[in-house]
This record gives sequence, structure tokens and C-alpha cells, in this order.
Amino acid sequence: MAVAHEIRGLGHSVRRKEDARFIRGKGNYVEDISLPGMLHLELLRSPVAHARIVSIDTSRAEALPGVVAVVTGELMAQHSLAWMPTLSGDTQAVLATDKVRFQGQEIAAVVAESAYIAKDALELIDVEYDLLPAVTSPQQALEPAAPLIRDDKEGQESNHIYDWEAGDKEATEKALAEADKIVELETFYPRCHPAPLECCGCVADVNPATGKATIYMTSQAPHAHRTLFALVAGLPEHQIRIVSPDIGGGFGNKVPIYPGYVVATAASLLIGRPVKWIEDRTGNLISTGFARDYHMKGELALKDGKMTGLRVNLLSDNGAFFADAQPTKFKAGLFHIVTGSYDIPAAHVVTKGAYTNKAPGGVAYRCSFRVTEASYLIERLVQTAAYELGVDPVELRMKNFVQPEQMPYESATGFLYDSGDYPAAMNLALEKLGYDELRSEQAAAREEGRLLGIGVAFFTEVVGAGHGKEYDIAGLRMFDSAELRVHPTGKAILKLGVRSQGQGHETTFGQIIAHELGIPYEDVEVQEGDTDNTPYGLGTYASRSTPVAGAAASMISRELREKARKIAGHLLEVSEDDLEWETGRFFVKGSPDRAVTIQDIAFAAYTNLPDGLQAGLEGVHYYDPPNMTFPYGAYAVVVEIDRGTGEWRVQRMVAVDDCGVRINPMIVEGQIMGGLTEGYGIAAMELITFDDDGNCIGSTFMDYLLPTAWETPVFELGETSVPSPHHPLGAKGVGESATVGSPAAYVNAVIDALAHAGVRNIDMPVTSDKVWHALAEVGLAE
Amino acid sequence: MAVQEAVVTTPLTVTVNGQERAEEVETRLLLVHFLRETLGLTGTHVGCDTTSCGACTVLVDGTPMKSCTMFAVQAEGRELTTVEGLEGAGGPPPIQEAFSAEHGLQCGFCTPGMMLTSIALLEQSPSPTDEEIRWAISGNVCRCTGYQNIVKAVHHAAAAMKEGS
Repeated sequence: MAVAHEIRGLGHSVRRKEDARFIRGKGNYVEDISLPGMLHLELLRSPVAHARIVSIDTSRAEALPGVVAVVTGELMAQHSLAWMPTLSGDTQAVLATDKVRFQGQEIAAVVAESAYIAKDALELIDVEYDLLPAVTSPQQALEPAAPLIRDDKEGQESNHIYDWEAGDKEATEKALAEADKIVELETFYPRCHPAPLECCGCVADVNPATGKATIYMTSQAPHAHRTLFALVAGLPEHQIRIVSPDIGGGFGNKVPIYPGYVVATAASLLIGRPVKWIEDRTGNLISTGFARDYHMKGELALKDGKMTGLRVNLLSDNGAFFADAQPTKFKAGLFHIVTGSYDIPAAHVVTKGAYTNKAPGGVAYRCSFRVTEASYLIERLVQTAAYELGVDPVELRMKNFVQPEQMPYESATGFLYDSGDYPAAMNLALEKLGYDELRSEQAAAREEGRLLGIGVAFFTEVVGAGHGKEYDIAGLRMFDSAELRVHPTGKAILKLGVRSQGQGHETTFGQIIAHELGIPYEDVEVQEGDTDNTPYGLGTYASRSTPVAGAAASMISRELREKARKIAGHLLEVSEDDLEWETGRFFVKGSPDRAVTIQDIAFAAYTNLPDGLQAGLEGVHYYDPPNMTFPYGAYAVVVEIDRGTGEWRVQRMVAVDDCGVRINPMIVEGQIMGGLTEGYGIAAMELITFDDDGNCIGSTFMDYLLPTAWETPVFELGETSVPSPHHPLGAKGVGESATVGSPAAYVNAVIDALAHAGVRNIDMPVTSDKVWHALAEVGLAE
Repeated sequence: MAVQEAVVTTPLTVTVNGQERAEEVETRLLLVHFLRETLGLTGTHVGCDTTSCGACTVLVDGTPMKSCTMFAVQAEGRELTTVEGLEGAGGPPPIQEAFSAEHGLQCGFCTPGMMLTSIALLEQSPSPTDEEIRWAISGNVCRCTGYQNIVKAVHHAAAAMKEGS
């Protein structure tokens, strides 16, 4: 059988298969789904941050023509659905019954014949509130006299949620006591929001005849969501089908379960018609998974220019319900990777979480469970240390890097870094940037009164969860899966437990099969997102698709290849031991012309089998990785600051990434540039903040600013490649690297322009007004 | 906000992707909902509701407009182009081809609006500079790509259009 296409496995920048529908406007997003008899649901949200609900009167809304039902917390409570569990073992109100605890909290839902009527009816619901004082910071929350937010929880007498620690307290104290220099930095990583361009939503379709609940939803983790739906709603799991169709970006925002999904499903069950809920942008920004909101203090001990100890204190603002999306045993995610890329023998990380009257749902905005905050703190701290010691920030990094010969390296907080050559990546970035010349240029500019800044950041990420022994989501072990079905004509379908939100899985995973089995990537259809038709998996976040599901795809290919070897032996009438594999075919050792292709073998698997072998060329593999993967990179930014306005403009941005083996380099670079842009947004403009009454500021895209093409820097990319030693392809994952690594690079650049005048910190977002005030304080403003 | 107790409708005639459409629409119906729900043209997306993100961009008499903050009835007598109207009998036009070739899209949600804005730019400025492109698309937000490949795609399309003309 002739091979129609080139195989194009690893390392080929082939065009994406998914583009064909997207460029024609033929994507199929949740909002595009319309079912016969479908109703529309809109949520009434609290206008205030903290109040007791005195009464809810829905009678005027119910009387509006076209309104089918008004759902309140009281109705949900009758079905034990007024509250739901969170991903951090807490509870969260689905629809408020007793109090509202943040502005934007869901209070009631209208189900109507059209979304316009449902929105009209929201205006007719009368809620009487008894206002309570709002708690808007974790510091305020932990004061003894602070109003109690979670009076619904038995035994909860304060706003304190958790204390958690990692590392060795004693060893760290000793390092600090023996240091010849201790450098401190206190910084606030503000609340921001992943803000995918598509908001959240669902179409819930509970069939009254069969009881089967089909829920089309914006889900990064459809299988985990099915299980959670079964546990929350008490529906039998085989009667729930989650379909996650095309997703318009996720970045962590579509990991949690939100009240809208639950209410729409309950409404469909009660009414017996499909119910569609599509969130508006304000709903998305004020109520769904935010990111960061970490108050951090770091103390770095140094002796003779070597880092000897790191102590970190963290205070986390978790909002009204502790709903962080993270593995159970890690209360502050993987923040304890805060020693970063440096060989620091002792570290101690103490974390504390508090309730506030803000939206719940701390998610990792394009990052692996709070690695971004950790990476930011250490890179800002190291930069500060360089200024305090009077050494070049690059030199200090080079002197303290974990060295290639130390790999695998166990960090002071217990991570086993799998591989890496940090000095090589750093050197490449410096070379691309022309670092030494730029330092001279900076000095000359300063003579002329111009403020240039050169910011460097080096990050090590920890991604690809699990292994399942330590990592879980709501108790579910973090493995992932791939089911490969090779059809008689040699075409294949690959079914995955993960779900792309733009990462290009349909292409990349086809290339993995092409690489492993020699089936051209065009001949492999990749299917994801439908829980009835894909094997169980934990979903796409924490840069885990390639490290985990990608490994599963490799492993099942290799298992099928072993079966193919037996069939090839039968077809060629030789012992399977006499066969050799090369991409796409088996041949007899020493006689390369005596060969059968994978397509010939696939046909024989259904038509001409040796005795004792089962028919078919199909299988499924569940992959539980032996370790996390540790992509890393060196980022360097050059900025110039306008002394009159405080504006800063990025002149250069060099990003060298090592994500191991790149399957589709074009897609990898696309991921990196997207992450560099979101990192820039976080550093420069993205901010969810609150006034003293708990009103959310940043509730539309007019206030929550996103980088456009105009501000976004031009990126110069570079690559080193140290393969992951334990991943079957050597790949490490890349989706989040740039968001993790780049914010510190941008901020370090701004600070670098001002460091000679003694400026050490400006908290993000580094807006012009903050920079101008910093300039004014040190006499540099014009 | 006032609640509308009775449905008020207005007759509307527009040309959408070359085809005349006459419908009786609710007067307050937003243009984006007219396109998506009345006509079933779901390639036009809603990202923000406040004219900020550009996912809902369509061409109104050749000019990019954000259909999420425009009433359908304001399009009376106009010619509209949506993403569904781009492809002729000869396969994908240069702009679609270019976005794919340069990896100018990832999740695809901003892509229809981004392409329509780019087409309007290329009509006015057949050989735009990087700066012109970045300015022209600055009303269209993309959360995935970082824009660099979109800028490349617009150049790619410009070159292809010149070759084709």
C-alpha cells in the first residue's frame, strides 16, 4: 500500500490541522451550540461584597412573559445543591442562601425562552440586603476584630484558612545566622485574571426519557468534571457525558467548576429542556478563577557571593471560598519551588491563607500551580541581591546556578530537577542580546540623562503533573491517557484524556504517532473532549498535555508496534527476532527489501493473523509519569523609561527556552510568544483590585487592560535542548514557561533603569504612574 | 436599566455576504446576535460586550465595526461581510491562507475579527509596515499568539495579494 503523504514526525513545523475550520469561522465553541427547545439561563449576581440576605422576591420576574423558571438558593437547597465542594477541599455556594461573600456572587438564575428575556427578568428580582463590612485584604482578614466571612462553617472562628510549610526551618535559620549578607524583598504579586477571549458557559441537556445528562461545557478537564458532577449532583457517572468542544482559550480559567454549570444542569433536569448559560465578560472577570494575589517576603542569605539559604513568608488572599485548583497536599500549589534555578542548600517556606470578600478560585493563570509567583520572587530577590552586593546580576546568577553535572538535582524543598544546562541557556540569551555592549550603552545613556534598563530573569518550571503518588485533583491521581485505533487501511484515530484550548493537539499528537509508527500525521485524527468517547484523563493545564498524554501516545504506539512486529513476522514468514524496525516498516535483518509497511500490517491485523493473536491494532495506555518535567529558560529585556511620564517601552525582548525535544517547533514558538505577551500584560497592566467596600475594579476590558498588538514587544527567540531523561520523547512541556519566566524579566528591566538611584521594587502592574512616583522620589522625574 | 415589557420589532433589510436578507427583528437586537442567532453565522464571536476585544468585528460597507455594541437595525441598507463571506469558489483567500501558514491563530476565537480588520487595512494600505499593522489590529485582542505571527500573516497576505493582482 503506498504511503500518500510524508510522515513528518518530530521536529517538523507542519501547519495545524485545526486551522482549516477556524479560519473559516467554522469552529464549534459552546456558544455556537443550539439544541431544539433550548432555554437560556442568566445569573443574578450580588452588587455588594458582604451582606446578609434578608429576602429574595422572585414574583415579578416569574410573571414576565417568556420566563420559565427562577432558581434560587432555596430551591437548590431542596436538592442539596446550594453548596458544592471546591478543588481545595472547601465548600462554595452555588446560589447564595444566607449571605453574599463577594461582589458578583451568584444569587439566583432566570431560565427563559431567550437570553434577552432572562436578562430583563434579572432586573425584576428584588433582593433585600443587610450590609456587612467588607474584608478586602488578607492582613485585614487576620486581625482579631475582622468580620467573620465563613460563618456558614462549623468551628470556623476566624478568616484563617491554612498554614503550610516546606523545607528545613533549622538549617535555614542557621544559614541566615552565618550569612555575611542577607537581602530582603517584600513584594505583592497582585490578583490578575486569565481572561480567555471566550468566557465560560455550557449547554446542559438532561434527557427526561433516559436520564442521560449531556453537558457541553468550556472545560479544560472534562473527565475530572464528569466525576465531580457525579459526586456533586449525585447523578450516576455513566449517565453524565461532558463534551468540551472547541475552547476559546483557557489559561487555567476553565479548570474549576462554576455555579453556572451546576445551576444550568439542575435547571435542565427540573424543566426537562436543554438550558444554555453563557457568561458575560463582567461575570467572567468578577466571579471566576482569578490568579496570584500573593503577598511575599523573601530573605536570601549569602556568603562570599554564594546563596546559602532562603526563607520565604507568604500570605495568600484566597477570596471567600478556598477554591484553589491544585493538588490536595500542597496548600500553596508548587510555590515551594521558590529556590528556582539556584543551588541553595537550605530553604524554608511558610505559607498562610486567608478568606476575604473577593471572588474565589485561585487558578494558575498559564502556570503550573503557583510556580509563577515562586519564580517571580526568587528572580526579583536575586536581582536585588546583585545591586546590594554591587555585582552584575548575571554574574551572581552564573555563580549560583544548579550546574549540569548536579542533575538530577534535589532541591532544598524536595523537587528532583530532572535535567538542564542553565549556563548554556543563559549564555545564549546574553549572546543574542549583546549584553556587554548593552551595559556600555546603558552607562553612556545615563550620562546623557536617559534611563535604559536591562532586565534578566532565569526560570525553572515544574510541570507535567503527576506522578500520581503525590499529585491529584480532588483525590483523582494525575495520570493521563491515549487510546490509539489503527484501522485496516492504515488510518488511525487517537483519543486523548486531555483537551486543547488552542495548543494544537490535533496536529502535535498526530506527529507523535507519525514519529512512533510512521503513519503520516495527516492520517491520524485526534479526538478529545467527549467523555463518552475518550479514555479517562485529568485534562489540559499545568503544561501537562505533552509530558503526560504525549507520553501516553508514545507508549501506546510502542505497544502496538510490538504487536505489529508479530504480524510482520507472520507476513514475512520469519521469526519476529529477525525483524528490524525503521519508521513506518519492518524489514528482515540484512535484507532491507524484504519488508512490510505499517499499513500492510494494519490490514493484516484484521484479515490475515497468525494463530493465537487477537485481531485488531488498537489499544489504550494510561501514563503515570515517574517525575515532573523541568523546562527552563533565560529571558532578557531592554527598556527605556520616559522621565517625564514614567512610561516604559520595551526595546528588546530575548527569550531562550529549553523545553527539551520540540515536536512541532512552530507551535512551540507560538506558545512561547503567547506566554511572553501574557507575562507582559501581568507586568505592565493586568490588575483585578478592589475598593474598601469590596467593589471589583477590573470588571470589564475597559478596566482590566490586556496587551494589544500596539504595546506588545517584538520577541527574539532562542532555543537550547536538553531532553527530559524520563519522558519517552524527551519533551518537557512549554505552554506556560513564558508566563512563568517573563514577568520578572520585564520588572527587573524597569528596576535596572532606576537601581543606580536606589530604587529596589515597584509592585506589578508596573504602570506609568507608579514609575513616575518612583522617579520623583529619587529625583529623576522630569 | 429599563425592562422591556412588550416586544418591539422593526423591519430590517441588509446585505450579508452578498445576499440580501429581510427580517423583522427586535429593535434592541444587537447586530452580533442578529448574525449569530437569526442568520446562524456563528463565526462572529462575542468576547467582551464593551467594544474592547474585537472578537465580534464584521465589515460594514468595508469598514471594521464591532457588532456587539451596534444594533442590528443600525445596519439597515448596509453591506455586511462576516468571516463566512470570505471564501469564494477558488478556495481560501490570501488572508485565511496566510493566517494558517504563519501560525497566526491558536484557539481561533479572535481569528475571524482579526482577519476582517486585516482585510480592511490591506484595502487601504496594500504594503503596510509592521507599525501600521500593529496599529490597525490594536482594537482586536488575541490572548494566544502574542501578535507577532499575526503581523507576519498580514505581510504574507499582502505579498500574496500583490502576486495575485
